[in-house]
Amino acid sequence: MGEFKVHRVRFFNYVPPGIRCVAYNNQSNRLAVSRTDGTVEIYNLSANYFQEKFFPGHESRATEALCWAEGQRLFSAGLNGEILEYDLQALNIKYAMDAFGGPIWSMIASPSGSQLLVGCEDGSVKLFQITPDKIQFERNFDPQKSRVLSLSWHPSGTHIAAGSIDYISVFDVKSGSAIHKMIVDRQYMGVSKRKCIVWGVAFLSDGTVISVDSAGKVQFWDSATGTLVKSHLIANADVQSIAVADQEDSFVVGTAEGTVFHFQLVSVTSNSTEKQWVRTKPFQHHTHDVRTVAHSPTALISGGTDTHLVIRPLMEKVEVKNYDAALRKITFPHRRLISCSRKRQLLLFQFAHHLELWRLGSTAATGKNGDILPLSKNADHLLHLKTKGPENIICSSISPCGSWIAYSTASRVFLYRLNYEHDNISLQRISKMPAFLRSALQILFSEDSTKLFVASNQGSLHIIRLLEGSFKHLHTFQPQSGTVEAMCLLAVSPDGNWLAASGTSAGVHVYNVKHLKLHCTVPAYNFPVTALAIAPNTNNLVIAHSDQQVFEYSIPDKQYTEWSRNVQKQGFHHLWLQRDTPITHISFHPKRPMHILLHDAYMFCIIDKSLPLPNDKTVLYNPLPPTNESDVFRRRTGHAFKISKIYKPLLFMDLLDEGTLVAVERPLDDIIAQLPPPIKKKKFGT
Amino acid sequence: MAALGEEFTLSAEALFAGPDGLLGVEPSDKTDHFLVTDRSRTVVLYKVSDQKPLGSWSVKQGQIITCPAVCNYQTGEHIVVHDNKVLRIWNNEDVNLDKVFKATLSAEVHKIHSIQGTEPLVLFEGGAVRGLEALLAEPQQKIEKVICDGEVIKWTKFFVVFRHPVLVFITEKDGNHYAYVQMFNSRNLSKYSLLLGQEEKSVTLNFTAYVDRKFISLMSLSSDGCIYETLIPIYPGDTEKNQRLVRSLLLKAVVSGITRNGVTLTALDQDHVAVLGPPLPSSKECLSIWNIKFQTLQTSKELPQGTSGQLWFYGENLFMLHGKCLTVVPYKCGSSSLAGALGKLKHTQDTGTQTMPHFVNWEMSQGCGLGSPNSEQPRILRRKKTEISLQPEVPASEQLLSTIKSGSEKHIEVELRKFLAKWTPDFHTAIGDILTGLLGRCKAEPSFYPQNCLMQLIQTHVLSYSLCPGLMDTALEKTDVQMLQLCLQQFPDIPESVTCACLKTFLSNTEQDEKMEEQSEILRNGFNAEKNYSNHNRDLSKKPQDSTEETSSCPVIPKRAALLRNAILHSAYSETFLLPHLKDLPAQDITLFLQYLYFLYLKCSENATMTLPGIHPPTLSQIMDWICLLLDANFTVVLMIPEAKRLLINLYKFVKSQISVYSELNKIEVSFREIQKLNQEKNNTGLYSIEVLELF
Repeated sequence: MGEFKVHRVRFFNYVPPGIRCVAYNNQSNRLAVSRTDGTVEIYNLSANYFQEKFFPGHESRATEALCWAEGQRLFSAGLNGEILEYDLQALNIKYAMDAFGGPIWSMIASPSGSQLLVGCEDGSVKLFQITPDKIQFERNFDPQKSRVLSLSWHPSGTHIAAGSIDYISVFDVKSGSAIHKMIVDRQYMGVSKRKCIVWGVAFLSDGTVISVDSAGKVQFWDSATGTLVKSHLIANADVQSIAVADQEDSFVVGTAEGTVFHFQLVSVTSNSTEKQWVRTKPFQHHTHDVRTVAHSPTALISGGTDTHLVIRPLMEKVEVKNYDAALRKITFPHRRLISCSRKRQLLLFQFAHHLELWRLGSTAATGKNGDILPLSKNADHLLHLKTKGPENIICSSISPCGSWIAYSTASRVFLYRLNYEHDNISLQRISKMPAFLRSALQILFSEDSTKLFVASNQGSLHIIRLLEGSFKHLHTFQPQSGTVEAMCLLAVSPDGNWLAASGTSAGVHVYNVKHLKLHCTVPAYNFPVTALAIAPNTNNLVIAHSDQQVFEYSIPDKQYTEWSRNVQKQGFHHLWLQRDTPITHISFHPKRPMHILLHDAYMFCIIDKSLPLPNDKTVLYNPLPPTNESDVFRRRTGHAFKISKIYKPLLFMDLLDEGTLVAVERPLDDIIAQLPPPIKKKKFGT
Repeated sequence: MAALGEEFTLSAEALFAGPDGLLGVEPSDKTDHFLVTDRSRTVVLYKVSDQKPLGSWSVKQGQIITCPAVCNYQTGEHIVVHDNKVLRIWNNEDVNLDKVFKATLSAEVHKIHSIQGTEPLVLFEGGAVRGLEALLAEPQQKIEKVICDGEVIKWTKFFVVFRHPVLVFITEKDGNHYAYVQMFNSRNLSKYSLLLGQEEKSVTLNFTAYVDRKFISLMSLSSDGCIYETLIPIYPGDTEKNQRLVRSLLLKAVVSGITRNGVTLTALDQDHVAVLGPPLPSSKECLSIWNIKFQTLQTSKELPQGTSGQLWFYGENLFMLHGKCLTVVPYKCGSSSLAGALGKLKHTQDTGTQTMPHFVNWEMSQGCGLGSPNSEQPRILRRKKTEISLQPEVPASEQLLSTIKSGSEKHIEVELRKFLAKWTPDFHTAIGDILTGLLGRCKAEPSFYPQNCLMQLIQTHVLSYSLCPGLMDTALEKTDVQMLQLCLQQFPDIPESVTCACLKTFLSNTEQDEKMEEQSEILRNGFNAEKNYSNHNRDLSKKPQDSTEETSSCPVIPKRAALLRNAILHSAYSETFLLPHLKDLPAQDITLFLQYLYFLYLKCSENATMTLPGIHPPTLSQIMDWICLLLDANFTVVLMIPEAKRLLINLYKFVKSQISVYSELNKIEVSFREIQKLNQEKNNTGLYSIEVLELF
């Protein structure tokens, strides 16, 4: 099949930011996740948990609360005191509005979804009316003495519960006055702590208020009388988050020790109607604080400082025991953070606020499978490019020739020219970017590095011709009339004639660059596109979707290729369909037109279209080399999927030249080593 | 969870409740009907659910009822005693107690006891007990005095234990309490003196009791507020008079320590006890339900108007005098289940339908309905079933069964061989039936013991212990070692008690060995090697090896060693169940067995592979497990045996030397682990490397 020299790169020092909030939307089955750097990601739980959208972070915008409102509108609020609404179509921030209450600690939408309630540092609870295009301040509730850290709305919308430091207040929404103040016990394991912070509250329809606090307690209060009903001490550290199921028959809490506890309302005896809350299942999927939890109808979702998003299906709620019933742990973004220059063997790494350029090393030695070759030259760190301003980088790219670097933040696109003189490189910024180039979701250079393609968040695609030290705007493909959907993925054909662009939901558009017009649209598919590429010579467009389907579409013929039809007819191997990370990159072998190279986080695969497809009875992945002649024969007549699972977690893999691959790994241990230390727990025998 | 329901009172105008409360509340023959007797002259029959009296009877002015009215379940009549000696028996239809049946007895009656299913018993003040029928036949018969002068009956209780009526009564004399257990069937009276333990000061106030298998658990409430438990054996071990029983503390400080009249307790079931009394010295009286197993207070109810210190419990109702009213508190103790608490128990029992299992069910195929699902001993159930299924439909086995009932041993053997030659679809059941038939006859005729037939049946490989529980017992009785060995090899489910009984048989009986020497035919396979081996051992032991000389020779003769080795050591067991049985082994057997195990251990450690020769040799871990178990169970005993001292010292020395060897091995292993680590590091390259990958 082929022997490759693989540059195994582990110096991409990427650490995902910790998760601060998750918000689950039942109608669209989507999950919004906000991270400590202000990034907000949208996961589509129906589309194999694919991270289909993201909003870049901002240094001053620490998100503290995230919620969905009516009409699937997403709001966030943070310590800068602003309430933000996100535009899920154009993928930008619609507006930011100051609540004038100091840092905002909590926010929640009313049960009807038409009102927003925020809890502020100065102890105020503010009610906002959601209008079709904005939000409007309505009134303040009775001010409290200390910051309002958590809020919960009674399902009928008549009352709210607000958790502050040392107490919980219950407000009447109509009058805005506090009707009960429930003091939380500061005692913790017999020792009086300085303060008891109510990290989360939940108001149930029967009037019960559940609170979680920094003393490790989960407490049940009767809101009608303002009395404590029951108290569970579940942790030696803070209990930081709570989420209740819509049916109110189960809820989940997350602790600073990394444990998630499931509580369920169960009958006291097998056939009695009397029910009580029972702590049923503990889950320890996190090593650090679980800052936030969510409860979807079928799963518990948790996230925290250790950067993993964990989706734990509830087995009793899952009807079909298929692969969806498996635990999901999402750590890495489902988009590319790395680009490479094949010609100069350069790697460009994208971080939140800087870019790193590395040159790969080389070796003169050869070896057999599995050998580590002695390096004649080690990898070099060439450049460290810091961004200006507080905004995070959205996307970046290095041209195949290695002499251009482009990146974009939420407000500007930057373009740099690199000059190589022997071992020295000089960097020259191309100033005066055109005004329309404000923000890009994806940037791509053509194969010959003469053109730059920019997908802006307004749905338009810009083509820019690059000259020595300057540029010229060639054309802009405007979005189809009536749509504002942003394009997130771009692919250009090696001959430079075709440009494919895909948004988050609609089909893939193919543009003719020579004639500057839309050539065709690939029929829309139910699942979002995760990777795109156009093959050399044949100009076949290969599309990978989040349900692990791969299509091949002939651009000149405007139809799916014969091979793709065959694959659809026969279907993929069941193990292929059960992989739980999306394909994030597709490339081709210049000399072997039948090969498609693709990878996800846990495997790298070469599809040889000339070989028969595997059926469910054949072994999909066989890491062992063939041992004898007949075996070689059997293997050669084997199937089309050649898989390697040596490199993982794999963030990027590409072909540098005919016999050389580059693989960028990010071992989880290295990420954990860079996280703050977790709460020390006494283990038996230590 | 135990719970008390909403209380209600029974209309009290007919009752005269004096300062000492009522005389008694007794159940009547209809459910929900109770007879209440007051301190003066009146008996009232209540229907509790209606909260109203159904009938009321009074004795004449000047007469006083001295013993609470009870119901004779066999006739449906009521019985009461007034003026200590006069017995009255009447029906519901009778109006005037003066006109009903009257019998004057020769001694003073203490109490009449009546329980469903038995004849009422009359307990006299002197401690004598009579059945009502016998008494009525001759009312003026002489009643002997059982208890000493000065002894006063304080408390009585009547049980039915395994269909035998048992009467317990407690007497007091000079502050000492005595318990009498009267077995009514055997006329056996046992007397026990109840000792207080360390707390000499406290005065026992009240008693209650329930039957816990072979014991009557007598609970007493002391003036120090604690509940103590005394276990009284129902069947006395020896007839020695005046045995002593020491009580043990069960629950602490359930009521305040003040000696007061209004304090009482009643056992509700095995785990729950109701206590009436003030929980704190200053507080009002409370009815509290305690779980004695977990020592927790389940629920309590305050009774602000005070009580008479009397509490009766029948069925689901607690009766007490609250203020001036007779109050009924419904009590319910639902079974709490962990599964229920965890929400996993989905099916409800009230549907009454049992789902059929998908696999073929043995018990169903025999056409027997299931007994109660909560039976504690499924094996007994199974045994019953096999007995029932002695009438199978299959003619061949039926024929054989009839042969078994009467035929000679030879004849049966021939028939059996014929039967085994052909396979029938219900082979399993038929084999079980045949075996049960054979065993049945064995039991009936002690001389009948068809060893060959039984062996053949066992060798069909379809039997298990639970299918023929009597087989091994019979073999044990006959000390048929061969059969036992075969059973141990074949049966997967031998209970630990039987394994231990086999072990005992193997260890203790010596005359069997000679017999076995003759019958070496069947036992041959694999044991010759052992014979040579132990001869070889003897040769070895002849060498001067001072300390180990004694133990390195096989302590048991080869045949028996083989038996032990192959059968017992291989058998499946669970430690918790085996330990108590191992404790029953006599000291001599323990030493012998330990010696043998030590011998095996030595032999096993002698070669590098740690295996013994032979066909089914026990593994080293099996040997070690048994040594540990044996020492665990009997360590104190072994320490006391002088002969075992040497053995223990040798064993200890050897174990010590082994440990030092292993610690050296441990060091070597650590070094080797480093090598492995080096290999791993080779894989774990640094931040950057160029590797070769070949895809196939």
